[in-house]
Amino acid sequence: MKFAIVVFPGSNCDHDAYHAARHVLGADATFVWHKETDLAGADIVILPGGFSHGDYLRTGAIARFSPVMGAVAAFAAAGGPVLGICNGFQVLLEAGLLEGAMLRNAGLRFVCEHVHVRVEQTSTPFTALASPRQVLTIPIAHGEGNYYAPPEAVERLEAAGQVVFRYVTADGEVTPEANPNGSVNHIAGITNAARNVVGLMPHPERACESVLGSADGLLFFESAVAAVKAG
Amino acid sequence: MSISPDVLARHGLTPAEYGRIVTDLGREPNLVELGLFSVMWSEHCSYKSSRLHLRKLPTKGPRVLQGPGENAGAVDIGDGLAAVFKIESHNHPSFIEPYQGAATGVGGIIRDIFTMGARPIALLDVLRFGDPSDPLVRRNVQGVVAGIAGYGNSIGIPTIGGDTAFAPGYRGNPLVNVLCLGIARADGIVKGRATGVGNPVYYVGAKTGRDGIHGATMASAEFDESSAEKRPAVQVGDPFTEKLLLEACLEVMKTGAVVGLQDMGAAGLTCSTCEMGARGDMGIEIELADVPQRETGMSPYEIMLSESQERMLLVVERGREAEVEQVFEKWDLHAVRIGTVTDDGRLRVRERGVVVADVPNKALADEAPLYDRPRRRPDWQDRVQQLDFASLTPPAAMSGILRQLLASPNIASKRWIYRQYDHMVRTNTLVLPDAGTPAVRVKGTRRALALSVDGNGRYVYLDPRRGAQLAVAEAARNVACAGAVPVGATNNLNFGNPERPEIMWQLVEAIEGIAEACEAFEVPITGGNVSLYNETDGQAIYPTPVLGVVGLLDDADSVLGRPFPGAGLDIVVLGPLDRGELGGSEVLERVFGQVAGMPPRVDLVHEAALQTLLPEAAAQHLVRSAHDASDGGLAVALAEAAFGTGGLGARVDLPAVAPDAGPVDLATLFGESAGRVVVSVEPASRESFMALAARHGVPARVVGQTGGGRLEIRIDGRVVVDEVMADLEAVWTTALDRVLEGRAA
Repeated sequence: MKFAIVVFPGSNCDHDAYHAARHVLGADATFVWHKETDLAGADIVILPGGFSHGDYLRTGAIARFSPVMGAVAAFAAAGGPVLGICNGFQVLLEAGLLEGAMLRNAGLRFVCEHVHVRVEQTSTPFTALASPRQVLTIPIAHGEGNYYAPPEAVERLEAAGQVVFRYVTADGEVTPEANPNGSVNHIAGITNAARNVVGLMPHPERACESVLGSADGLLFFESAVAAVKAG
Repeated sequence: MSISPDVLARHGLTPAEYGRIVTDLGREPNLVELGLFSVMWSEHCSYKSSRLHLRKLPTKGPRVLQGPGENAGAVDIGDGLAAVFKIESHNHPSFIEPYQGAATGVGGIIRDIFTMGARPIALLDVLRFGDPSDPLVRRNVQGVVAGIAGYGNSIGIPTIGGDTAFAPGYRGNPLVNVLCLGIARADGIVKGRATGVGNPVYYVGAKTGRDGIHGATMASAEFDESSAEKRPAVQVGDPFTEKLLLEACLEVMKTGAVVGLQDMGAAGLTCSTCEMGARGDMGIEIELADVPQRETGMSPYEIMLSESQERMLLVVERGREAEVEQVFEKWDLHAVRIGTVTDDGRLRVRERGVVVADVPNKALADEAPLYDRPRRRPDWQDRVQQLDFASLTPPAAMSGILRQLLASPNIASKRWIYRQYDHMVRTNTLVLPDAGTPAVRVKGTRRALALSVDGNGRYVYLDPRRGAQLAVAEAARNVACAGAVPVGATNNLNFGNPERPEIMWQLVEAIEGIAEACEAFEVPITGGNVSLYNETDGQAIYPTPVLGVVGLLDDADSVLGRPFPGAGLDIVVLGPLDRGELGGSEVLERVFGQVAGMPPRVDLVHEAALQTLLPEAAAQHLVRSAHDASDGGLAVALAEAAFGTGGLGARVDLPAVAPDAGPVDLATLFGESAGRVVVSVEPASRESFMALAARHGVPARVVGQTGGGRLEIRIDGRVVVDEVMADLEAVWTTALDRVLEGRAA
């Protein structure tokens, strides 16, 4: 079982994703530099958080042109599980592997804190082991995580069950206070129509050990491994 | 040519200094050479006013791998690893252009750390601003915090903590001191020195532009109304380029082909070349036409003095150039050979072959004039140390005063600030903001490091020597509260104009105070920074020495936080309960509008005992939480220890302090006597813990229990505070937001 962690210039959560996969979960993991054109035979691909290319121009806008993205798109088209975390999510949006776009946070400031997200769909490789509507405690750390898509697109995503995570209170309630960045419909993460590509703003790799405040994020990694094993 | 007095003055050099330059060179300098001396002999680079006194600081110890003099200090933390750390100021630029000033301050100290071969893993900031109800100050705070966030978040190094305080004297002269901590292999520390005649000298990173020329000279002068015109001397940061530099430099150092490495910070190319040459006893010759330039038509003077950010200078082993170039190419950075190490000890600068400067490296780097400037105790010192208790009639009940203090910007939660910082990236942060002394684990080992930065300017203003000792004591005590043993320290000395005898007296008193405390604690100073001329229109800041202490935990699992972990625990106060000194306290300023009296006494022996007791108790799992009582005294410490627990309360009964301390309730609750720590203990461990405290000679007293939802404080059985904890927490959590968003005065 092998995770590939794609490293763009400016990625800064690459080591954290590697640590979670390799040292916490005990799976095989490898870094894949963005200039590579293959994914080193990986079973699961992670696009980590950070500021690829400095987030200059627009978050994820330059990274989508990296040579490795061709391999990521092919891997996704073949049904391989791809997880985009924070900046990785932004790259997936820019690359058209997921739908929608990011605006600056409603408060116009970077926000770093633990939040609660509710698992809306357990039919993705990264949420397979979650119970329906399970509330996870996972940190966010972003300045542009205000998810937006046109109303009809949001309606379509909701109807198709492609909204995977929603910001909620500790009790699982959708309240305005629980939305840290103004995302439409409190959306924290989505999936594609085939449900194998998942992107979210919160950082599950930062929540894989209880000494760090939460181990809820481990579920993402364990789910992916289980999903790949189940074929 | 001849240098006119006017040109000299614009270079911040005195006629006497000019005379020394002529002697050193054996001739008159040309304008380029004058520029080199101007920046290298500036206060900022040469420490010419402070160096004689800095020698008093203890810098040696069994763990010290690198003391002052290199890019950063390093201490051995076991497992073959070193903690590499230093603090540095970016005060002046942060006033002129808050966002970029603060951002490049972060960038500069990060370069100092990875230059040593260390992976940076944590940042802390010490911020001092004027009164936040002033719109000018608020804009300054917003810019500085956004700048720190913009740089640190992007490069992916967590800002895990800091210390922020507000006082009117910082209005025109905010302080921005940044500490960076990195981890290196103990045998893999890279020095900033040039060795090996014939070895190539490489330039890598951003191109050189006209930004920041004479930044170091600017930082060595007072401010006045024309300071806003100095904006071109502030540099612009690019955290993305620095992230690439960081990764590439760490990778290239693994090849073993790098002989020496130094970043181009203050005084840019000038400083990095002459310092590397001087440290290695070598000469360096460079060709300016080979220096990558962002603009056309730059003169040798401009290229040598530019402070463009994100640039490094490397000396590479001859014959291994290709290996080095390859690594930088991978990261889309181009390492360019600009010169060669020579054997004549001189910095020789050519422009298309023509020598434009030729100066001994040591004259620039090591032989700046050192001044033993006159010093005099200010005639107002005695007056401000007087405190008239008769003036202290409490205007409100004790509960009201407690609320007032919890809402003080100096005490209130700094959530508005730290929420903007990524404090979790790299997944090492064991103690989150507002949950105790910041601590990070060291991956690949069982160890953790706790860090604290402290320095109460008000105390130092009232008594520089004692105030400086208190800064060391508080930082070391905080680290011990996390269960860590203090192993090293770095200091940032922020003072006014040293040419004024009163300021010089404050500086020397403070340095000696730091030295005395560090010696008593056996905590060596491994490096630091001096920032002088922190004055605007002749008004100096509070003298503000800042201490950053690094503490080591052998077992990351024994790290202690601040919040009481549950109900039914015994609350124990360590340290003296019989006094509650009000001099220099927060309550005195906040409630009575006075900055007066003597700051609290420091018992160095007691502090040292605390620093051994707490880590031992943590390692034996005898305590569940620890929090030191500082600003706002015991009442505030008790409330803070209950915050973040979901409204858990506490009931305590404190003995009244001795009557000579002033109004008894006020002194008992809000006096800031040093060396006191609030800990929580399982009833089952109480006996063992009290016995351990007694063995260390630390007074310990059970004052109450956790539980319920109220904070109930009695003094000798009489209820003086009885409040709903959740209400107090709401005051404390939202106060700074309200002020900084302009919603409250």
